[in-house]
Order: sequence, then C-alpha cells, then structure tokens
Amino acid sequence: MEKEIKEILTKKDFQVDQPVKWCAGCGSYSILSAVQNALPEIGVKKEDIVFISGIGCSSRFPYYMETYGFHTLHGRANPIATGTKLANPDLSVWVVTGDGDSMAIGGNHFIHTLRRNIDINILLFNNKIYALTKGQYSPTTPFGCVTKTSPDGTIEHPFKPGELAMGAEGTFFARVVDTEPKRMKDVFIKAEKHKGTSLIEILENCVIFNNKIHSDITGKDVKDDNQIYLEHGKKMIFGKERNKGLVLDGLKLKVVTIGENGITEDDILTHDAKSPDDTMHYLLTRMTLPEHPVATGIIRSFDVVNYGQLLQEQVDYAKETTKIKTVDDLLNSGNTFILK
Amino acid sequence: MYNFFDIKNIIALTSQNNIKTNIMSNKNDIVKEVENVVIKFAGDSGDGMQMTGSQFSDTSAFLGEDLATFPDYPSEIRAPQGTIAGVSGFQVHVGKNEILTSGDKADVLIAMNPAALKANMKWVKDGATIIIDIDNFDNKHYKKADYVEDPLHDGSLIGFNLIKAPITMLTRATVKYLGLDIKTADKTKNQFASGILFWLFNRDIKFGEKYLKERFKNKPILIEANIKVLRAGYNYAETIEALNTTYQISHTGERKGVFRNITGNIAAAWGLLAASERSGLPLYLGSYPITPASEILQELSKRKHLGVKTFQAEDEIAGICSSIGASFAGNLAITSTSGPGLALKSEAIGLAVMTELPIVIINVQRGGPSTGLPTKLEQADLMQALYGRNGESPCIVIAASTPANCFEYAFEAAKLALEHMTPVILLSDGYLANGSGLWKIPKVAKMPKIDPPYAKANDPDFEPYRRDPETLARQWALPGTPGLRHRIGGLEKEDITGIVSHSPLNHEKMVKLREEKVQRVAKYIPLQKVFGDESGDLLVIGWGGTYGAIYTAVKDLRSEGKNVSFTHFNYIKPLPENTEEILSKFKKIIVCEINMGQFANYLLSQFPHFNYTKYNKIQGLPFMISELKEKFNSILEEK
Repeated sequence: MEKEIKEILTKKDFQVDQPVKWCAGCGSYSILSAVQNALPEIGVKKEDIVFISGIGCSSRFPYYMETYGFHTLHGRANPIATGTKLANPDLSVWVVTGDGDSMAIGGNHFIHTLRRNIDINILLFNNKIYALTKGQYSPTTPFGCVTKTSPDGTIEHPFKPGELAMGAEGTFFARVVDTEPKRMKDVFIKAEKHKGTSLIEILENCVIFNNKIHSDITGKDVKDDNQIYLEHGKKMIFGKERNKGLVLDGLKLKVVTIGENGITEDDILTHDAKSPDDTMHYLLTRMTLPEHPVATGIIRSFDVVNYGQLLQEQVDYAKETTKIKTVDDLLNSGNTFILK
Repeated sequence: MYNFFDIKNIIALTSQNNIKTNIMSNKNDIVKEVENVVIKFAGDSGDGMQMTGSQFSDTSAFLGEDLATFPDYPSEIRAPQGTIAGVSGFQVHVGKNEILTSGDKADVLIAMNPAALKANMKWVKDGATIIIDIDNFDNKHYKKADYVEDPLHDGSLIGFNLIKAPITMLTRATVKYLGLDIKTADKTKNQFASGILFWLFNRDIKFGEKYLKERFKNKPILIEANIKVLRAGYNYAETIEALNTTYQISHTGERKGVFRNITGNIAAAWGLLAASERSGLPLYLGSYPITPASEILQELSKRKHLGVKTFQAEDEIAGICSSIGASFAGNLAITSTSGPGLALKSEAIGLAVMTELPIVIINVQRGGPSTGLPTKLEQADLMQALYGRNGESPCIVIAASTPANCFEYAFEAAKLALEHMTPVILLSDGYLANGSGLWKIPKVAKMPKIDPPYAKANDPDFEPYRRDPETLARQWALPGTPGLRHRIGGLEKEDITGIVSHSPLNHEKMVKLREEKVQRVAKYIPLQKVFGDESGDLLVIGWGGTYGAIYTAVKDLRSEGKNVSFTHFNYIKPLPENTEEILSKFKKIIVCEINMGQFANYLLSQFPHFNYTKYNKIQGLPFMISELKEKFNSILEEK
C-alpha cells in the first residue's frame, strides 16, 4: 500500500545545520548529496527514515542527515539495523558502512544479514583503506599494496563485497562510483524499492590515504571503456563508441567488438538482474581490469519474500489461532494446581 | 535372584485396572510421618529421570506440598551409556513446609545402573533407601562404571535400605503384549521406579497416570505402556517384603490458590511477557543459544501469539546489537546469555549506556572463566556485570533468588530499564534456571503499569538528552514520530542537545550524570529486609541464587536459639538505601557466595568501615545447608 505523503520533500529537508567534517575532496560528500537527492523520491515520510552506521569515516554519515540516526559500534550497524527494522517494519532503514566496518570486524554480521534478506539498504563505502585510523590496509585493499601496516606490500587476497553477497544468498547487489551522482541517485531509489537486503557498493576515493585508487574505473578518459553500466533488460554494451559488449565463452564472460568477426548486437548478452539464479550476476561481479570492464549499476535484484515479512506472517498466524490471548491466560494454562 | 516374589503374580496384578485406592490396606506396613523428603533419580541421560522427577513433584504439588527440583545433567548430550560421565540426575525435594532448596542429600536414591549408584553415593543420607535396577548390575556394567569390586558385595551398601528390583525385566514383561520394540519398551522403565515411589510415599497412583496422559497426549500406545509399567512398579513394591515401611508427608493445608511448578528460565521469560503487556510494548528478544540460558530464547520463540519477536542471531554480539536496534525503534528489548556471552556483549552494553536506551540483559551465570563449567553453578559474573566494560559504564544490576522469583525480577528489570532509560543486567544462575519450585500464579492484569518517558510528537522543546529532573532519564523519541528527528551514537554527547562533544567539562558532567541516574534508582526500589533480629551478633549476607540454602540454615539456627540474622540482596546496583544502616547493627558480618568473594569486595568498596568475613565455595555446586550451619556456628562460638 502506498503511504500517503502530504508534504513534498526536497533535498533541503535532509540537510543538517551542523558542519560536515569530512576531508576536502572526500568522496563521501557526493554520496551524501546523492542520498539527499534520492530520499524525496522514495515515497517515505521523513520521520520514517533511519540511518544507522558503524565506525569509520563513512559512519559519520548519520550526523549529517536530518533523519533519525544512530552511529553505533565498529562492525555492528547491520545487526542494529536488523533489530530496528524488525521492531518497526514501517521504517525505511539505511546502513552506512565501510570496507573495514563491514568486510573485517563486521564480516560475520554482513553475510548473515544478506542471507536472511532483512529489508534494509546497505551503503558500503569502499575506499579500500582504513582511513579514520590513518592508513592501514583493509580486507579490500589490493594484493601487494603498501600501507602503514604493510610496508612491504600486503600478502592478503582482497574480498570483493559483491562476491560475498552472492555467496551469502544476497538478493540485491549494485555497484556505483562516487563520481556519478545521477547514477548513484537512481540506484539508491531502486535499492529502497527492493524489499530485501539491498547492498550498494560505492567505489569511493580517499584523497588522503588512498588517492585515485579507483581512477582506472572513474577517470573521465577511461570510464567508458573500463566500466560497464548494467541495466535490467538492456544489452551488455559499453565503450566510448558503444561498440563493445559481453558474450559467454564457455563458462567465462568475454569482451567482443560489435562489427568485428561477424559479431552483431544480437550476439551480445542481455542483462537479467531479476533472475533467481545468480550465476551470471556472480560472473559480472567478478569482472576486473584489464581483461574485463568493471560492472556497475544494478547487477542483481531478485524479488523474494524477506525475513521481516515471514516473521510478521508467523506472528499474525500465531495471534489468530491461539486461545492464549493474554499473559494471564498463559500463566494459567497447562499444568496448574488449585489448592483450597 | 527373584525367588522372593512371584513374577507371574506381579504381571497379573498389573492387568487389573483398579488399583486399590486404600493404600494403607497393606496391613503389615508401618507408615512413618515425615515433614519432607529428598529423592534423587539417577540413570543414563536417556533414561527419563527428569520425567520421573517431574511426575513425582507435580503429584506433590497437587497434594499441597511445597517443592524444589534440580536436574543435574552432563554437558555431553548422550555421553557413553553406563559410564559415570553419562549419568543424568534429577533431585526432588518435597515437604509440608516451605521448601527452598533441592536438598543437601537424598533420603531415597533411584539408581538405574551401577554408574548412577557410584556417582551418587556421596549424595545420599546414612540409612537412605536405595532402589536399583538389579538387571543392570553385572560385570559389564561394573566395568563401564569403573567399579573394581562388585558394590553389592563389597560392603559399601551396608546400613542402607537396598531394594534390588528387576526393573528392566519386569518392564519388558509388562509391555510385551503391546508388541513394542525393546528400545521403546525400555523407555518406560522409569515408570517402574516411579510406581515403587508412589507406593513408598503412599500416593494415589491416579496423579501419576494423569501426568502420563498429559505428557503423551496424542500417543495412546505410550500412555497405555507407561501406565501399565507404573502400576507394575506400584504392585511390585506392595508385594515384596523389603518395603515394609512407607512414608506419609504430613500436610498442613496452608497453601491456597492456584499454583504451578516453574523453572527459573521459564519464569524469567514469562516475567518479560508480563512486562510487555504492562508496558504495552512488543517484546523483542535478540539472542544466541548458550547453556544454561537457551530455554529463555526457546520459550519466547513459542510466544509469537503474544506478539513476541525473537531473533536467533549469528553470535552473541549480533544478539544484543539487534536488541539495541529494537530498543531504538521502541520495543521492549531483551537479550539473554551466560557468562562467556556477556563478555562478548560488553561493548554493546556500553553503547546502550552511552545512548541511554532501555534494554534488559539476562545473564544466567555458569562456572567460568572461559568455557568453564557450562552446566554447573557459579556466581562469578558479578564483577563482570558491574564493571566489565570500557570506560565509566554504569548499569542497574539485579539478581533473582529463587526459580519462581525470576518472574518478578525479570518484570522488575524491564520496568527499571524502561522507566529509567538504561540497560539493566539481571543475574540468574544455572541452578535457578533449571531448578524448579512451586509458584503461586500472580494476576498480571493487576501488576503495576510500566510508563516509559516518551517524547511527544512535534514537541518544540524536545532535546535528545534533556532529562527528567527526578529520575534523570532522558526521553525516548521513537523513529516514526513526527518532529523528533535526532541522532544518537556511541560518541560522547553534549548535555541536553546530544550533539557530539569532546569538551572536557561536558564529559565529566555526562559521566557523573549517567552514574547518578543509576544511583537514583535506589529511590524506586524496596528497602532491604532482614530475616531475624535487626541487630545482633552475626549478620549473614547472600545474594542471588543462594537464598534457599542460606535462609534455611539461618532459620534452623534461629530455631535453636542462635543469635543470627540474614539479609539477602536482589538489588545490587544500586544497593537499597538502608543497606549501610543494616550492616551497622551487627557485631559480625559474613558474606556467603559461590565465587571468591565478589559481593563481599563490592560491599567493602561501598562501605569500607565494616569488616566482612567471606564464606566461599567454588566447586560448581550449591551450598549445603549443613556446611553453612557449621560455618555460622563456628563464627558464633569465636570470642
């Protein structure tokens, strides 16, 4: 049922009068702006929106949003948001987290939240570094990267959040870059519409500790060739000339050029984000440079019943069918002894 | 071996449907009146000893007796059969007067195999009646139980009233006509033992049958098999000569009302349900299974019909965090755990302290540190509850002291949390949690209302950290309410506005305000009571689950004319306002705990001008009344 929205909301309704304190040039500013632009269009009253974050630079986010907000513990935003959503299903609950917060200390909560398909939206700011603690490597830092705690290069293989999401039976995964506000806004609105856990990985730049970490993907001159923006029902075509596309070659995705070797647009794969089977979504999520472009846009959006709906159904059914309506009924049920 | 009775006769008797209701008709019998009796049921963990115990104690409740029970089970689910490690026990203490412990030592021991006998010999009274299943007393079983010599012939049982009953054989013979497989048939063996007890204690067997009919509802074949075996045991006992003395618990008829037998964990779960109803808030439990607290999660999972939502989280941390999220959203939020789980929840409790959100943390203590003794008793999490967090992080700490009053202290924990906007830690322990007692069922509709300090929609003066001048509680502004949008979090907040603040003076002020808020709860809790004289030679102090043993010991000594009084703490932080006054009126103070003296040290930190003697036991076992009396006597005799 559509909620009745009496007032027209604008970006201003979600801006706070306190100063925003991220570093100048931080990618978080554009994400904040895109979120504030998206919220007036999701059809939810402003007092029904909640932002919940963990710890890290990104997790200061709720302080900069004129909504209900909760800045919680390192790694724990997902379970806290889970409780909030289950306790009041009418709320639109957003988690703001980072690659350290969700991939390391909160990794366990992250996968279980996705597995249960709690109806929340997770904004995962991935700058591939611990920034608030000033420059240690994170679980998404590329192998071999030199950081304060890996002076000789990291010897750990990084996570790709989307792969974890697929492995955890995730129902919605999108990837966006912090330099494209319109796409961010569009993806955020669709994520909110998805009734399950919506994971949005935002490739974010950290100007201080990991500058240009995503520039191969986001750079103006390279982005069209190195990024493929996926849209449900559309051909998987990319490139400056819009002449490159993806086809299946055995069990692998392959980049081909339309017009070469007899390839036509008809040969190019069509993106089906809504497929229950996540095999193709997984292949798309895994793509890396230089062999493939990096997939952005909504990669997976599978509609299926979520945890909160199932829980509510069980509660409603139990209430309907029970003879025990009050706690007094319960206390006097079963084996009692009446002594006179 | 069976020459002293006729098996055929026994089996014939069992087929009669009308058991003689005049149980005194067995003319040679001597009926002894007793005030109370302790019975220990012991066997393999699959032998149904707990069921037999519940059946006996339920019958006692029907007869108007008081009772306390305790299961003593191994931490392995099905340890190897016939071994000491696999022995599972259930102790029942019933009597006409107030029964507050499951009893020091047993008057009657039912041992279904040699291991059960061996494991329990030190817990039976001299001259006790010991009923064994003689069919299991053979070399094979002796070996499993690590008996070097045959206990039936090594003299160790001299002085006991030993009943060697062929329980396995007679049980199988009794149910043979039903065509059950051996495994199912053997599962009814416990009813043979039960039948013997019903006869021994002059109880009407219809109570035992009623229990079985409810227990095996919808399984008519099991009802029939169990009832037949119960009667077989009863008739066997009536027939053999070894049992020429039976016992009758004298009744007073003092107890009136509607009662039920309840364990601490169920009582705690129900107390929370009562709080949910009296506050009008949905109950939310985020938890993770852990012994001995899991029954709280299990019980509340069954209560969706009362609007309860339970969430079995991926770990202890997610359990409490989801509850904090539910509290933020306006539910009555609970988490339940045991010691190691409380350790994992520490950081999150700190968040609830900082954000001043109401949440109840039930900690069912067990032996520690680390994994420790999961199924055994200890009160060693007191310091963890009081201080086990980073920073100055005060919570309300209260403790239940009987299985039944887990109900009222769970209710109280929820009431204090909601009305004072703070986490409350409720301490229980493995003995309260799994032990049971008779409980007079209260009227929930007449319990006090719970009124949290909600912020009003569109209140122009709303500030997230503005406080009630009396309680110092901040207002609860629920997401979804128009006009109250605000941010909270784990960073230090400015007084009143709640804006993030690193100001030195503000921090000191906020630390003191959070402490003072908890201390002011003392104005809202009952004064501490003293059992016995209000001043004198010796004040005995206890807290939590040791109440029954200490109370009984002090009562016994007072009836002997000893100058000893007792005060038992349920409210630990804050302490009741008259605590110091009570302590000041006694020459000596002894603090009894199942730990190294944590409450004594806490009292010392609050009232350093008194001397405290400590009496501690750290064996995973409860206090015995006898050892407490001995200790108190020795102190009274000191000059």
